[in-house]
Amino acid sequence: MKARYASTIFAAGLIFFAGYAALFIAPDEKTMHAIQRIFYFHLPSWIAMFTALAVAFVANVAYLATRRAKWDALGVSASEAAVVCCTIGLATGPLWAKPVWGIWWTWDARLTTTFILWLLYLSYLLLRGLLDDPERKATFSAVFGIFAFLDAPLVYVSNRLWRTQHPQPVIGGGSGSGLDPGMGRVLLFCVIALMGVMIIILLDRYKLEKLRQEFEELRLEYETLNLESASTGKERP
Amino acid sequence: MPATHYTSAVAARSLGLSFTGVEKRFGSFVALRGITLQIHSGEFVALLGPNGAGKTTLLRIAALLASPTRGTVQCTEGAKSYEASDLREAKRQLGMVGHSTLLYDDLSAAENLTLFARLYGLDDISARVSNALKSCGLDSRAESLVRTFSRGMRQRLAIARALLHGPRILLLDEPAAGLDRQGLAWFSGTLERLRKDGCTVLMSTHARNESLELSTRAVVLAAGTVQDDSGPQGDPRPLLASWRAGA
Amino acid sequence: MGTSRATAVLLAKELRLEFRTRELLSATIVFALVVVVLFSFAFDPTAAESRRYGPGLLWISFLFASSLMLNPSFARERLNDTIDALRMSPISPFAILSAKMLANFIFMSVVEVVLVPVFSVLYDVSLAGVAGRLILVLALGTVGLTVTGTVFSAISSHARLRELLLPLLLLPILTPLLIAAVEATASLLVEDPVLDRTWLALLAGFDIVFLTASWLLCDYLMEE
Repeated sequence: MKARYASTIFAAGLIFFAGYAALFIAPDEKTMHAIQRIFYFHLPSWIAMFTALAVAFVANVAYLATRRAKWDALGVSASEAAVVCCTIGLATGPLWAKPVWGIWWTWDARLTTTFILWLLYLSYLLLRGLLDDPERKATFSAVFGIFAFLDAPLVYVSNRLWRTQHPQPVIGGGSGSGLDPGMGRVLLFCVIALMGVMIIILLDRYKLEKLRQEFEELRLEYETLNLESASTGKERP
Repeated sequence: MPATHYTSAVAARSLGLSFTGVEKRFGSFVALRGITLQIHSGEFVALLGPNGAGKTTLLRIAALLASPTRGTVQCTEGAKSYEASDLREAKRQLGMVGHSTLLYDDLSAAENLTLFARLYGLDDISARVSNALKSCGLDSRAESLVRTFSRGMRQRLAIARALLHGPRILLLDEPAAGLDRQGLAWFSGTLERLRKDGCTVLMSTHARNESLELSTRAVVLAAGTVQDDSGPQGDPRPLLASWRAGA
Repeated sequence: MGTSRATAVLLAKELRLEFRTRELLSATIVFALVVVVLFSFAFDPTAAESRRYGPGLLWISFLFASSLMLNPSFARERLNDTIDALRMSPISPFAILSAKMLANFIFMSVVEVVLVPVFSVLYDVSLAGVAGRLILVLALGTVGLTVTGTVFSAISSHARLRELLLPLLLLPILTPLLIAAVEATASLLVEDPVLDRTWLALLAGFDIVFLTASWLLCDYLMEE
């Protein structure tokens, strides 16, 4: 309990300082000025999302290989965390795009890929909701999760080939890239902050799922004991 | 049903079924709790019990249609048991009559049987199929679509389908349901012949059913556990009688 | 029994069942035609710009048609629990899956064979000289469509709201296929048709990735 409070306060603190850093500490960007500061939340949410997706993929494969319920719990937690980070990314993108490009949305490679991934993982969550039997739910959503993850690079490549309007990669890109060290430090801090938030969401959800599984086990044990202590010839309702 | 139509590799094997600590859960509903049961080759086991006791689930697990949440089920041949890699071989030995007919409504009786004969890799298919249809009295309707059949006719065809590949282990879930008097007579006769041939039978039944007289053992299932078992050497008649009295 | 023989036997069964009633096939063809015609009301097909949208509309009608057509693939086997009969047979689960994939491929191809000439008439597009390459693009696209669609039909046949769930699962996954197929088709329907290798490679890549994934994961799909 204490650990949860501590970690939540820590993450909240990180986000607060990240926000402060993004707004006040980071140097002013020469073309986009204040709006550019959304970048400090926008890009880290992407990084957090892809990390969560990778974790989900590993969990899905592990579930199919081992059939241990904890991997299913991790799979759904990571997918939900990914959807949250994706939503943050999709929400902050247009906030940036409107003042800078004059349009709320554009169908360029990265945005489109993210949108499709968002839809895919929402479908994953919907699929889970529509399957009743827990074993089937876990198995089929793991299979779908694997398909979705395999699709992600294909979505990106196809959109990239199709059109690109996103600002050219500022970090690790071609010529004209490179980040001011001041910005770089703030960015790194924000990446850590958002990853922290993502990890906390994931772990909380994971714990919730495991608690739910434990509860089911206990309930079954209780039912079994109940039935055994009652008269044996009793008919099931 | 002529009992001599076995594929050459299968002839006259003695096969049993072994359940060890079998548990089956569907979400929060526990259908079977820790069932341990050895069924030896040639036994004719009457599986008794009220609705919801887990009889259908046990049969489905035996048929390899469902896997137990915990525990194992195996086909045993003497001391040997079928490994997962021999699963296909084990399936060849199993025949099941379930709650549904397992037949394609839009195929004819002959087409249904031919399909499964092909999937089981049987030889001399057209002769087998026509013998099977003749035996269960459906040869005049061989080319009619199953959707035109009455309940009794479908059940007869379902039984014929299950027996077509000469399985040594029969899993029957209320097989007499829907059979008319003729069908029942044919079915009883068939079962008797199969039993004489040494087939192992696990038959679940809820209603009064003449074939129960053939049983060598009675197992009563209740709330997912084995409540009573007359045992491989014992006499099933007392259990059957008390079951009939209560039912 | 070997997987390819079992697949052949099951494919024959699928085809016989469908061609006996032809319900699904005719409904799908009519639906696809309705979609194409509806599009022609939304965008005036005589305008030059509509020719640009043509390939996109064609593939979208294929996608919609397939969403309808793929559902019964596994849903039909729940009648009388025939899927259990197949699972009890001594055949590989992949035989069951691939027989349905092949059957769906054949059915979709029939729909396309009807639709493409109608499309070329309605949108005044000449197919002469590009027929061979167009068939290649259609084939590769249809493979990807039916492979993923059949897998998701297996998944959604166990779920509630399966008619809605299947397109929901399928369409986002198919976006790379849609882009590649539309671009490839569009490149063939212009004055100077040139088949871009990149798009073909993407289509082929999509097909290979998902066919392999289906083969690897097929045991889990055919479970209870």
